[in-house]
Amino acid sequence: MASMISVRDLHKTFGKDIHAVRGVDLDVDEGEVVVIVGPSGSGKSTVLRCLNMLETPTFGTIEIDGVDLTASGADLDLMRAEVGMVFQQFNLFPHLTVLDNVTLAQRKVRGRSKADANAEAMRQLTRVGIPEKAGAYPKQLSGGQKQRVAIARSLAMGPKVMLFDEPTSALDPEMVKEVLDVMLELAAAGMTMAVVTHEMGFARAAADRVIFIDEGLFVEQGPPDEMFDRATEQRTIDFFDKILAH
Amino acid sequence: MPQFATAGPHGAEPFDHDHRPDTSAPRWGSRNDTTAWYDTFPWWAIVVGLILAWLAALVIWDAGYNRAFDRIIPGLWLTIRATLWSFAISCVVGLFVALARTSRNTVARNVARSYIELIRGIPILVLIFTFALVVVPEASAALGQPNRISTEWRAILALSIIYAGYIAEIFRAGIQSVDRGQIEAGRSIGLSRRQTTQAIVLPQAFRAVVPPLGNDFIAILKDTSLLSVLGVLDLTQRARQYSSGSFKFRDSYLALAFIYLSLTVILSLLLQVVERRLSPDREGAH
Repeated sequence: MASMISVRDLHKTFGKDIHAVRGVDLDVDEGEVVVIVGPSGSGKSTVLRCLNMLETPTFGTIEIDGVDLTASGADLDLMRAEVGMVFQQFNLFPHLTVLDNVTLAQRKVRGRSKADANAEAMRQLTRVGIPEKAGAYPKQLSGGQKQRVAIARSLAMGPKVMLFDEPTSALDPEMVKEVLDVMLELAAAGMTMAVVTHEMGFARAAADRVIFIDEGLFVEQGPPDEMFDRATEQRTIDFFDKILAH
Repeated sequence: MPQFATAGPHGAEPFDHDHRPDTSAPRWGSRNDTTAWYDTFPWWAIVVGLILAWLAALVIWDAGYNRAFDRIIPGLWLTIRATLWSFAISCVVGLFVALARTSRNTVARNVARSYIELIRGIPILVLIFTFALVVVPEASAALGQPNRISTEWRAILALSIIYAGYIAEIFRAGIQSVDRGQIEAGRSIGLSRRQTTQAIVLPQAFRAVVPPLGNDFIAILKDTSLLSVLGVLDLTQRARQYSSGSFKFRDSYLALAFIYLSLTVILSLLLQVVERRLSPDREGAH
């Protein structure tokens, strides 16, 4: 089966001195859930942000569903509609209601009618469990609710891939579960997902593969149990020792 | 609430919106636990109110002031017209200059920056003279057109291009105050750069620029008095004419000050209402 995501020799530098990603290869199959972990500054978010070209790679190629995003003339706007992205800081549009947050791109990018967009938005809001908040503004929501709206906003575009950039890191502890539950449901429904997170419980429950990244390079990867319990690289072992200590 | 330095040429406006008589705002009431009511009471509003009342009384009951007022007030319509046109034009031009100033295009960015620096580096009065008496006539000549632009419109256009430079900086600050994550979120759901700017950045930027834009509206109103140097019959020019003919300087200029002060007080009160209307859903962005 062809890869949904295919990355070859990805490099990303910031300025002259910072070489955040130093040659990464990544293949994610359709329906596969990949969790990327690593210490802060290891380049994990940068890799993820390259996958929908929020960061332009310095070198290397990225293909999503067979389309090369790094080719000149690639229609990035069209591609981004196919790749959902969920941010640590939610980034809901504060001047729009929840419903308008979820319908905006459907109407402007997909050209859907207002009625169609609203129907799809309500479907996705129901899926993430907060249809009753459709008329609310983002500031009236809790962090967990905001993140679920952000997920619905991406899902409404019918993405082929969902990227999650530390989706629960800005949440109060009691709200982490409601967001992870939505993500687990998505994974179970067969969504292709690349997730940067420190939630190892999620990784254990939903990930097909865990990738440990350090200093801009993939150090080691494998199924979650294998990575947590039988990692071979010392850096990987040290990292999991620290975050799985409790 | 985002705070910007007042971009107008005169610094803080007389009715500083940070000092409105809203004692419920915690940062004014809670400097320390023992702050008494008279520390936060808006004494300035009492002072300004008393001065306005005194001037109003003079204008109403004193025959000399009353006569001066009657001779000056016909200029009100021109002052208002010049203010509204200048504000409208400078907002439109200023928005485009701000978009150019924040664009990724190096040429556009530098053209916009040059314009802003030129405008801000030359006194308003000098710009008004230069535009009305040099630029417009010479441009007309170069185009082979007879000089058909009226003095009033030269004055309005001069004020417009000047304030476009100041207002562009307000818009720029507003655009740049929008969190970068907002743009990323817009792009990540497939919106183009233009769609993101139109649907996400500008609506949020507009909310942020209402207070400084209001300040500049008031600043334009006051600066229309500079247009009197071109001889247009605004409030100030009428006061100058009446006073130089009658030598009643005190009557003329106090009546004139009364008119301007009334206008700016009314406007700043209106501005506060507008700001409060806009405030409910502008915070708690994320």
